[in-house]
Amino acid sequence: MILLDRVTKTYNRELGPSLDRITLHVEPKEFVIVVGQSGAGKTTLLKLLTREERPTSGKIIIGGIDYDKLRDKDIPLLRRKIGVVFQDFKLLPNKTVFENVAFALEIVGVGKKEINNTVPKVLDIVNLKGKEKRMPRELSGGERQRVAIARAIVRQPKILIADEPTGNLDPKHAWDVIKVLEKINRYGTTVLLTTHNADIVNKLKRRVVTIQDGKVASDRANADYEVL
Amino acid sequence: MSMRRKYTTFLRILHAGTVNFIRNATLALAAMAVMIVTLTIVLFSLIANATFGNTIQQITNKINISVYLEDTTTPAQTTALQNKLKQLPNVKSVEYLDKAAVLKQYINQNANNVALQQAINETSNPLPATIHVYLNDLNQIKDVEGFLLQTDNKKLQTSDSPSYSGNLKEAIDNITHATNILREIGIITVVIFAIVSALIIFNTIQMAIFNRRDEIQIMRLLGASTWFIRGPFIVESAIYGFLSAIFSILIINSVFVAASSTLKASSLGLLDINYATTYFDNHFWKFLGLQICIGILIGTASSLIATRRYLKFKTK
Repeated sequence: MILLDRVTKTYNRELGPSLDRITLHVEPKEFVIVVGQSGAGKTTLLKLLTREERPTSGKIIIGGIDYDKLRDKDIPLLRRKIGVVFQDFKLLPNKTVFENVAFALEIVGVGKKEINNTVPKVLDIVNLKGKEKRMPRELSGGERQRVAIARAIVRQPKILIADEPTGNLDPKHAWDVIKVLEKINRYGTTVLLTTHNADIVNKLKRRVVTIQDGKVASDRANADYEVL
Repeated sequence: MSMRRKYTTFLRILHAGTVNFIRNATLALAAMAVMIVTLTIVLFSLIANATFGNTIQQITNKINISVYLEDTTTPAQTTALQNKLKQLPNVKSVEYLDKAAVLKQYINQNANNVALQQAINETSNPLPATIHVYLNDLNQIKDVEGFLLQTDNKKLQTSDSPSYSGNLKEAIDNITHATNILREIGIITVVIFAIVSALIIFNTIQMAIFNRRDEIQIMRLLGASTWFIRGPFIVESAIYGFLSAIFSILIINSVFVAASSTLKASSLGLLDINYATTYFDNHFWKFLGLQICIGILIGTASSLIATRRYLKFKTK
């Protein structure tokens, strides 16, 4: 589903590469946790997957799409196949909660009826019932995060990338979010989760990829959080 | 994409643009204020230019060459001369007044001067029959002058004919020269105003979109197509343009209403307010349409160009 072959990303030659010959293979329906300290290169990795950045060298293939052969006009089509929960939410400030989630469906041309049917269900999943008409600025950090999650899963993507989705949540809500991710993984979505949270990693018992200084330091199945 | 889906997308773009316009009210007001002021200035200078042109035309129309005929000239000779004059390329029209008509006109013009009236009544009509020659182009006056001074033609006229030379000729030359310059200045002013206005409006819309570049980038990351992102911005700017045009016309209209009711048929130097008002009234719908077209065009073009840079994908 996701294939990275010796991928290197250098932003600034003097500072050295942010990612250094990363090789990673994720099977369909897998649930992979990427851990690593701030600045280890997790976010860079995700930006490469969404084609927000281009690798300096190496090969990326996602869902059969070779990034080297991807034309600009096909980038939107690629992004529609991937659901992303951004660390900084990236909600549209001039749209309500409902409209933010609906936007993901409008992009792909889903009809109004279906939108009015699907969006409330998804908002219910992330516990935002009754806040449909709020603007993002009227929400708490945790609520915004959940809107971002709702938006990422509403299209039922084949791949879900979640960048620190529990970063702003208290333990109870954090666990709720993780349960949502597990649920959609059960339905067949490949999930790539980055986190700092040792508790979550230890409870999930999933494949854990540790990134350190831009390199894959370890890649273990059914693993615990390890302190490097 | 199926037709139905295209239609849905089109409606969504229109809807999103309208909603954005309402939600960004402060920014919309700022952009529209600039647009209204500039559209108003451009239309005003357009009307002022037309009014100038009209004033100049009126002055030009009053200028003619007077050909005074000797009393000995026969009607046949008079008709022949008139026909020859009419055939000259620069002659617009020819008007013949016989001795009686000239006298009548003279008396009318001096109706208040009792002494002069008496003097005229005591003599037989001393005034010559006259042909007024109106020209298309005052700059070409020399051609007609040359024709009238040909010996065959000159002998039909009194010694002081044709009457246009001397001081009057100089005045005509000066007016001709001045009107040409004024006309050119008018056109240049309108063009400069139009260009400056377009730049200001473009800049304002670019700033408004700069403020919302994050929004564009987020939509991009979610996989929205170029037109799905750009469409609402264009609709929003087109609404700016449309409303600004309406407001601008309303402002100009109320200025003319106020001017004609308070100033009462006066004029400011060369600017004939009556003419300007009539000109505006006669062309109202044309101006409204023009303003709306320009407003929408500039709004659309600006947002099209301004969104372009934020829609680009990274190539490195």
